[in-house]
Amino acid sequence: MKSLAELEEIRKKTLEQISLRTNKDGLRIVVGMATCGIAAGARPVMTALLEELKKRNISNVSVTMTGCIGVCKLEPVIEVINPDGSKVTYVKMNAEKAVRVVAEHVVNGRVCTDLTIGASEVK
Amino acid sequence: MRDLSLHLMDILQNSITAKASKIEVKISADQVSDDIIFTVSDNGTGMDEDFLKQVTSPFTTTRTTRKIGLGVPLFKEAAELAGGTFEIYSAKNQGTTVKATFKISHLDRLPLGDITETMVGVILSKPETQWVLQLSNKKDEFSFDSYEVIDKLGGVPITEYEVITWVKEYIDEGIKFIFGGVLHEIIS
Repeated sequence: MKSLAELEEIRKKTLEQISLRTNKDGLRIVVGMATCGIAAGARPVMTALLEELKKRNISNVSVTMTGCIGVCKLEPVIEVINPDGSKVTYVKMNAEKAVRVVAEHVVNGRVCTDLTIGASEVK
Repeated sequence: MRDLSLHLMDILQNSITAKASKIEVKISADQVSDDIIFTVSDNGTGMDEDFLKQVTSPFTTTRTTRKIGLGVPLFKEAAELAGGTFEIYSAKNQGTTVKATFKISHLDRLPLGDITETMVGVILSKPETQWVLQLSNKKDEFSFDSYEVIDKLGGVPITEYEVITWVKEYIDEGIKFIFGGVLHEIIS
């Protein structure tokens, strides 16, 4: 069985790494997690975002949940919000697309235009 | 909703919206009475009597985008379809408690699903909230308290990857230990 005592080890190990990081404002990713989002599969999207960010060691991007954004038919919806407040809304997400958004948008700064809400309206 | 953990996430979202600072989840299974009981209690803003009366209606919601709210009614339906019951208690400024009971062996009972993923998801999303998870099967108990973890961490955020991995494994072990063999979908 795991015990709380193991946390002491983790604390020692991670404390040094944390102090090295700069905490400048980065992107904010918001995942729609109301009934509509969860039923459409928002939880695996959120998990994929978090895991991909950790895999790439990106620490200045926060991932949070929000309620219903208002376009239930396009769920799961995520919003990538820049520090200046402008945002990109991605719709009909899944875990693979979430990984792509991290790789292309978050890391390389290229918006995945084919996944945005604008692209879904054209179809 | 495909499983109970997704319903749980939906209900927890309500507690977050109600600005709760402490949210407790209790799941207890009893093989003898064939019941599994989900209880979610929060200390959020609560509801007044009028709102409480109609909260299980799909046409009741606090949101402003439209007049439909399905979280609570769907959870109620899932319980009642599985031979169970659904109760909700609340008082303005005192918090809310949601209690759903399911018959474990009922054909229409949804599987438990990934409770760990739900808990880790809400912790990562609102690490400042005190998250408590208690599991029981009448014989044994398991409990997790995010504030206990934070206390032990002394300055390391609970959202750190190593910590969250530990939390995941810890809760997974608890679920296996408590519900393994009790719920047929969990192998002991």
